[in-house]
Amino acid sequence: MPDETRSEDAAIVARGLKKTYRGDVVALDGLDLEVPAGMCYGLVGPNGSGKTTTVKIMTTLTTADDGQAVVSGIDVKADPDRVRKMIGVVDQRSTADLTATARENLTLQGRVYGLKGPELKTRVSELLEQFGLSKDAKRLVKGFSGGMTRRLDVALGLVHRPHVLFLDEPSTGLDPEARHALWEEIDRLVQGQRMTILFTTHYLEEAERYGELISIIDSGHVVATGTPDELKSTLQGDALFVELAGAVDPDLVKRSLAGIEDVSDVVVEDRRLRARADVGARAVPRVLSELESAGIQIDSVTVSRSSLDDAYLLYTGRRFAEVDQAGEEAAAAGAGAKRAKKEGGEGR
Amino acid sequence: MIAGIRDSWYMAGRHLRNLMRQPVYIALMLFQPVLYLVVFSQLFKKITLIPGFATTSYLVFLTPGIIILNALFGTAWSGMSIIEDVNRGVIDRFLQTPIKRVSLIAGRLTQMGVTLIIQSLILVGLALLMGARFSGGLTGILLLFLCSIMLALPFAALSNGIALMSGQQETVAAAVNFILLPLMFLSTVFMAPNLVPGWIRAISRYNPVNWAVEAGRAAVSPNPNWAIIGMRLLLLAGLSVVGVFFATHAFKTYQRSV
Repeated sequence: MPDETRSEDAAIVARGLKKTYRGDVVALDGLDLEVPAGMCYGLVGPNGSGKTTTVKIMTTLTTADDGQAVVSGIDVKADPDRVRKMIGVVDQRSTADLTATARENLTLQGRVYGLKGPELKTRVSELLEQFGLSKDAKRLVKGFSGGMTRRLDVALGLVHRPHVLFLDEPSTGLDPEARHALWEEIDRLVQGQRMTILFTTHYLEEAERYGELISIIDSGHVVATGTPDELKSTLQGDALFVELAGAVDPDLVKRSLAGIEDVSDVVVEDRRLRARADVGARAVPRVLSELESAGIQIDSVTVSRSSLDDAYLLYTGRRFAEVDQAGEEAAAAGAGAKRAKKEGGEGR
Repeated sequence: MIAGIRDSWYMAGRHLRNLMRQPVYIALMLFQPVLYLVVFSQLFKKITLIPGFATTSYLVFLTPGIIILNALFGTAWSGMSIIEDVNRGVIDRFLQTPIKRVSLIAGRLTQMGVTLIIQSLILVGLALLMGARFSGGLTGILLLFLCSIMLALPFAALSNGIALMSGQQETVAAAVNFILLPLMFLSTVFMAPNLVPGWIRAISRYNPVNWAVEAGRAAVSPNPNWAIIGMRLLLLAGLSVVGVFFATHAFKTYQRSV
């Protein structure tokens, strides 16, 4: 959990950020965040939870209605131009100029940050090399594959060697292989650079894999923060799943398991029973015998280690996949109803 | 200030490069003015016979007006193209860099200016081919080009501003039609000032399109009235400043909605 002593060293701080869009759509509802310098920090949540809005405020694209955002010690509202020099941004959709080549895109981006002459040329060639685009440097971006475009997007965000890099759903639309390759690239680039990275994702496994610290965000505020292990360890022991042979009275199930002291959080939905156990393997025989003596037939039993998905469930009371799908559907419906102003409009 | 000019130049470079990759646009945008020039100059050839019409060649009378109109209608495209950049996220990307807002507008205006010069050269060339002769010589023609650019600047800035605030090409198209068509007809583009009805002449005095047409026509005439040309250009320059200010501030409205 963030505390005051760490503030000094934080690359990104948000305090009570609030943002409401036209039509009373609440995007952020008092979001607090603290990203220590030099860390790769994951912001995970379903579509519409406020991840993208957070990034837009932090990167000076839009402003919060209330609250404070500080990047590299600079208040984004008070001095956006200084913040812009410190940050690199990779948007969730590609923002490269399609009618220009990869080299032209990078060169212009470098110029905007004040790079010029041989220094600019070297930097552009270096990035093209690093991202495996040297061969295609003179091709129009229009003809690039999704993976190539994405690599160019990241290169664009890195031209000026930013102190803080924002990656908004960097791997959206990439297959797992390309996603992995992209992250390897990012990992390699930031090594020894002490660059701070804030990335958003709606893939839990991505957050778990690449985030040193993770914040789970839901309905516009952070509901939990910690390392992936910390978040998982707040869930005791193992997860227990039992498929019941027929519909039963949930209360009966709960009562019959109440006597086992290291089994907790019993939930019964339809014919599925879910519970937590300190040590799953030890609990299974007792659970089975208690159920049997209560006359409840079962089909199968599964024991699994806690996952981040369980953590998500614990903090938000909802399964991640369900929420995410609902979010996507709502976003799709919303985008259709709204004027189709911007392609990325649903990405709030 | 210097950074702003430098950034504008880089942005103009980007737009000009894109234009060079699609030169067909220049040709497409020329279709309407060429049509006007050829058809009207033939259709109303006898108009110069009306007592009081100062010039003997309607073609010579019409050409400056057509060059101004071409500039006017070209401005609509400027707003359309910024919407494309908004939709592709290119504008957002630049807004997250230290680049000055005004450079994002000025770069587009510069590209438009270059496009206009190319188109105007083609139109003048066509008029010369059709037999028109301009007494003002090369200086006069260059001044005429300047007049057309000075008119295009405020309207292009306006169309960019409307585009940023509305985010829709349809809105820009509607606004352009709503504003530009009346301005075109309530002017002396097609008819000598002393022959248009009094009420149109009265309105045209406040019509920026007419300022540009009068100044441009004076520039290519045998004895240019420098006072008129200077005054009209000054008025248009003032309007340009207002237009660029509006467009630059339209980013604020746009950013509130993203």
